Amino acid sequence: MGYFKDIIDGGLSLIEGMGVTARRLFQPLITVQYPRKKIPLSSAYRGHIELKIFEETGTHKCIVCLNCEKTCPSGVIRVQGEKQKEKGPKTLTGYVIDFSKCSLCGLCVEICPTSTLEYSREYELVGDTGADCVFDLMLRLAKQVEQREEKKKTQGIAA
Amino acid sequence: MAELEKIEASDRVYSLNLGPQHPSTHGVLRIVLDLDGEYIIKADPVIGYGHRGHEKMGENRPYKQFLPNTSRMDYLSGMLFNHGFVLAVEKLVGIKVPERAKYIRVIASELNRISSHLLWFGTYLMDLGGFTPFLYAFDDREQILDILDSITGSRLTYSYCRFGGVSRDVDLKFIEMTRAFLKRMEKRWADYDSLVTKNVIFIHRTRDVGVIDRELARQYGVTGPNLRACGVAFDVRRSEPYEVYDRLDFEIPTGTKGDALDRYDVRFKEMQQSCRIIDQALDQLPEGEFLTPKVPQKLGPPKGEVYTAFESARGLTAYYMVSDGSPGPYRCHIRVPSFGNLNALNDVLPGTLVADAISILGSIDVVIPEIDR
Ligand code: SF4
Ligand code: SF4
Repeated sequence: MGYFKDIIDGGLSLIEGMGVTARRLFQPLITVQYPRKKIPLSSAYRGHIELKIFEETGTHKCIVCLNCEKTCPSGVIRVQGEKQKEKGPKTLTGYVIDFSKCSLCGLCVEICPTSTLEYSREYELVGDTGADCVFDLMLRLAKQVEQREEKKKTQGIAA
Repeated sequence: MAELEKIEASDRVYSLNLGPQHPSTHGVLRIVLDLDGEYIIKADPVIGYGHRGHEKMGENRPYKQFLPNTSRMDYLSGMLFNHGFVLAVEKLVGIKVPERAKYIRVIASELNRISSHLLWFGTYLMDLGGFTPFLYAFDDREQILDILDSITGSRLTYSYCRFGGVSRDVDLKFIEMTRAFLKRMEKRWADYDSLVTKNVIFIHRTRDVGVIDRELARQYGVTGPNLRACGVAFDVRRSEPYEVYDRLDFEIPTGTKGDALDRYDVRFKEMQQSCRIIDQALDQLPEGEFLTPKVPQKLGPPKGEVYTAFESARGLTAYYMVSDGSPGPYRCHIRVPSFGNLNALNDVLPGTLVADAISILGSIDVVIPEIDR
């Protein structure tokens, strides 16, 4: 008797389970067809770091204090600065990061006294070699500044 | 046992390497199995393939620089490991944490616990041959990752807690998303029940399989859901409440026999309890600061030592650190639950079928990088 009861109970449990999948059939799809469709990034998204452009100066505010280089647990950051005058502050001449080693901890962003570091919002960063992960942030900044100016110009013409 | 010895003496014994590159070993784990036909005579887990030297790394850098490492040991419950580390350092240095930060940490940790259990749920059933629940579990887990992503900016390696608080405040959107998730899960538990818990094939493959009894659990230092499955209601959140767990009302689910089905049940109920905890914590979430502003960049803790235990998704986890007054720990040791849980297999596996070995290994929910660290 127990044998048949087991078969019936088992069969019913399977049908009940299939009911769940059957109901699911009529619910909207949740798969996102990347790369044709993309999910918006969260506002807190942590990409690799970049130099922020400040509205008032039109460039970064780095004072070459080397805090970020010293605090980075993975030794990602290389900052170079030069003294332009005999006395006075250094100016930034080179900012290179090796993103392949970055652990995205955010310590550099938090420690920067002038808040000139921020996370970029890029995530499609596939490269063929390790060298593809080395970013020159000064170059990146120069490009961004150029783009901004062009945008401003075209906007100015339109207006 | 006498029968087993007879088999061992015969030349029919066959040695099989389960792993280290096997999908069902969840990481780089190798188990050397001595087989007689389909039966296991001896099992010997081999660990250490993924050793990265996290403890040593902790010793050669300041406390703060070790923060990103903590979420990379147990990558499924990174928030919990992160949380535990800041608890230890705060105790060592004597940093006060604002109330709001405590609640945020608890909410984030419990969310992480659910996501870890959900991943276990999906992969365990996949080990048993059921593919569908995996997709459902990952759908739910994705919601949690989205919620945590919205405050931490990362999906797995959060590195969210800071000494004296958390790195980013939660906003109304986070609270809304979390509430919506809790509401969604209420319905999902019933779905999982009919899909898996009542499923006859699942029950037959887990009942009385891989029994870890109290004595064995005590000998190997098994903790977490695996220990609770054999009827011992031990949970660090209850026995030594940290943060605000003593103000929250939740149950500690236990099993009776300690077989794979009990372990499943305990984890399943634990997810529901975590939902309860989050719900209450959201209700009680006070206004205020999320980070103490007075924490110096360079910590100089007094000479001494600290041992802080907390409940990660897999059991009792602890940081033990010795300070010699310098900015980094002199000794940094981490007690991980998976090590004890895994080694119980030495005694559990002999006498079972190879197919059951997969079920048992899945049911104890080990994360190998946490053992190797
Ligand atoms: S995020 Fe962390 S690892 Fe990456 S560059 Fe900044 S400090 Fe270094
Ligand atoms: S911490 Fe900020 S200001 Fe100092 S070197 Fe780095 S980017 Fe420049």
